[in-house]
Amino acid sequence: MGFYVTQFMSGLAQAATLFLVASGLSIIFGVTRIVNFAHGSFYMLGAYMAYTVSDVVGGFAGFWGGIVAAALAAGVIGVVMEMVLLRRLYRSPELFQLLATFGVVLVIQDLALTIWGPEDLLGPRAPGLEGRVRILGQAFPQYDVFLIVLGPVVLALLLLLFKWTRWGTLVRAATQDREMTGALGVNERRLFTSVLFVGCALAGLGGALQVPREAVNLQMDVSMVVEAFVVVVVGGMGSLMGAFLAALLIGQLQAFGILIFPQITLVLVFLVMAVVLVVRPYGLLGKPPAAARGAAHAPEAPLRPAGLPAKLFGVAVLAVLLLLPVVAGQYALVVLTETLVLVLFAASLHFMMGPGGMVSFGHAAYFGLGAYAAGLLTKHMDGGMLAGLVTAPVLGGLGALLFGWFCVRLSGVYLAMLTLAFAQIVWSVAFQWTAVTGGDNGILGVWPAPWASAKWVYYYLTLAVVTGAVLMLRRAIFAPFGYAMRAGRDSPLRSEAIGMDVRRLQWLAFTAAGAMAGLAGGLYAYAKGSVFPTFLSVPASVDALVMVLMGGVQTIAGPLVGAAVFHGLETEVVRYTDFWRLILGGIIILLVLAFPKGIAGAADAWFGSGRSAEGRA
Amino acid sequence: MTSPLLTVNGLNSFYGRAHILADVDLQVGAGEVVALMGRNGAGKSTTFRSIMGLVEQRRGALSFGGADISTAEPFEIARLGLGYVPEDRRIFTELTVMENLEVGRQPARAGSPTWTPERLFDLFPNLAEMRDRPGGRMSGGEQQMLTIARTLMGNPRMILLDEPSEGLAPRIVEMMANAIVALKSQGLTVMLCEQNLHFAALVSDRAYVIEKGRIRYQGTMAALQADDEVRRAYLTM
Repeated sequence: MGFYVTQFMSGLAQAATLFLVASGLSIIFGVTRIVNFAHGSFYMLGAYMAYTVSDVVGGFAGFWGGIVAAALAAGVIGVVMEMVLLRRLYRSPELFQLLATFGVVLVIQDLALTIWGPEDLLGPRAPGLEGRVRILGQAFPQYDVFLIVLGPVVLALLLLLFKWTRWGTLVRAATQDREMTGALGVNERRLFTSVLFVGCALAGLGGALQVPREAVNLQMDVSMVVEAFVVVVVGGMGSLMGAFLAALLIGQLQAFGILIFPQITLVLVFLVMAVVLVVRPYGLLGKPPAAARGAAHAPEAPLRPAGLPAKLFGVAVLAVLLLLPVVAGQYALVVLTETLVLVLFAASLHFMMGPGGMVSFGHAAYFGLGAYAAGLLTKHMDGGMLAGLVTAPVLGGLGALLFGWFCVRLSGVYLAMLTLAFAQIVWSVAFQWTAVTGGDNGILGVWPAPWASAKWVYYYLTLAVVTGAVLMLRRAIFAPFGYAMRAGRDSPLRSEAIGMDVRRLQWLAFTAAGAMAGLAGGLYAYAKGSVFPTFLSVPASVDALVMVLMGGVQTIAGPLVGAAVFHGLETEVVRYTDFWRLILGGIIILLVLAFPKGIAGAADAWFGSGRSAEGRA
Repeated sequence: MTSPLLTVNGLNSFYGRAHILADVDLQVGAGEVVALMGRNGAGKSTTFRSIMGLVEQRRGALSFGGADISTAEPFEIARLGLGYVPEDRRIFTELTVMENLEVGRQPARAGSPTWTPERLFDLFPNLAEMRDRPGGRMSGGEQQMLTIARTLMGNPRMILLDEPSEGLAPRIVEMMANAIVALKSQGLTVMLCEQNLHFAALVSDRAYVIEKGRIRYQGTMAALQADDEVRRAYLTM
């Protein structure tokens, strides 16, 4: 009995940390509509900084002072991020800020590695709270009791702050209607900056408080940002109370999950999130998003079919790609093949994100399903490459058909998080069902058929399949189906009023995107000769997202350019430096600042404006 | 008209590639009530939004109280004392009446009336009874009063009132007209846009008529009422 009680209480202590980080994320999203991917990085920085202060100063003052200092410093770094980076992007396409914050994640990872080194750092016990209390015969750390009390105290303080201060009132007003708040004389910029300070300071505080409980390490950021997102979404965006409840729920799941369902601990949290979102689409205490006013996004420009110059350009690119094997070496061919595969992967995600208006944080699930289709066929049935390439899109499509049915019932960030949940479930199946999938060891020996085994042959095969698939996606965008998709994205109510079944359309688009991602996954499996769970992990989904966003969501050429640039950069940067994250993150940040509408979007504006001016005259 | 409080010269505005306003010139003197008349889609709201800096693509020379506001941010323009009451009211529905007023609050300003919630409740008695009611649970008329009251909390020298009579019951429209007259008597400058000539005539000294983004007519309200030709061409349906 005592054991379960202490287990319950450590769940509560974990919940306090989760709540601190998640509440900061929720506040930032509420006001700025920025999905702050770097939020986990502030949590990690908070932990490292608190560790360092405690280490240097030492003792009581060093530890507790370090926690306060780390929280404040995290807030200040958040302010810097807002002023240098995010401020310039408030008028950019939605989610473009997400790309920028992803760049920040990479940069902070390498900076932390440089400053604190790769080893885990074990912090001190909390001075004054080193001891243990006995609860029903079980020893329980005093420090965890402190955290259990701290959670509700911070919640109460935040609720008071938002309800009873002018700052809180302005923040709530800006959450609902930014533009109107500005027109009433409120300096939105300063308000946003202050919100970033509070949000990031909360993340830093959460990290700093974690120092006595776990070793500080470089993986803290991504694992925490995903958990914090889960908490925010399960609780309901913008609801502090909801975030608190969700943190309690997730904390308990983590505490007891490991006892009761050790096999599925990795996904338990995501399973629960999926169930909550299916039952309550806006989270436990969330409300349907009242269309936030004045988000300063111009309506999406209509997509235009390629004009003659663009078509000629496309043909020229294709011609170059056809001729490349003549000059390219083996290594270059491998990189080119991978890039082509990623182009298709990005194009499939773009299909549902751009014209479909559905953002996926878990698109790698379908890519991975395709890869595993090829891998499993090879391993268990001695299936050939062609069978694998046919099965890959089928399995990817089936997965998307199943998960999509649930996902299209939601929208916006909720939809994105549900896709992430499903992707995590697929990932953990691949990771933990060792008998079938080989688990972490993956499936090896997934090679192309003998006739396609030469690098240049497989390159041509990939080029043909990818070109065909991309042209098909493009065709669909300009078919009546594509028009209907875009209508459903821009005005769902009006589309339904003229008799369109928007959900069904989205479901179809989701499935088509999944099938194409599956095809890309199949091609990738044979290109690599192996399949691993990493193919369908969160980082793989993020890569796809980055490629699409980098290229520009609302241009058709965007994902193609984005995939080529991203994969090219990644491959090259990794070759030449150990600090590839720093360089890559820096490049992403610079690209975002230089091309706030995406690379292809910028090119479009460049060439497009001249063309359309003629059109109008 | 003495030296104008608000001057707009050669205002051009665009939404994307659509050219909405073409060379709009306007002047409003201190203490005047001026109506901007025009049909649906003529460019009235865009004119106001452009003056407030809420339209991203705008060109032209705009000044308010001697300060150049051609490139100023909306919040800077508001802090100079130019209040904006949008057409669709845009009440913060999650916030109470008192909280809505708090968002609009700015420091007192020399030369313009200083407003407190209590003084505003004298002007709009209905609001006094619902201080703690969320904005989302108010009637259209109550919201219209609240949106004006909220803007007045900034102690403006002038307000831009976008279609104050739209969609309101006749009794409320009358209250609005009385409120505008009362505001004028306290020295507030008002520019309102309207489709309802009767309402505009009740409160305005002068009028501009806008059609397809261009100013087609300007004159005293009395002259506009007498001019059947202009009214037929630009105002009646």
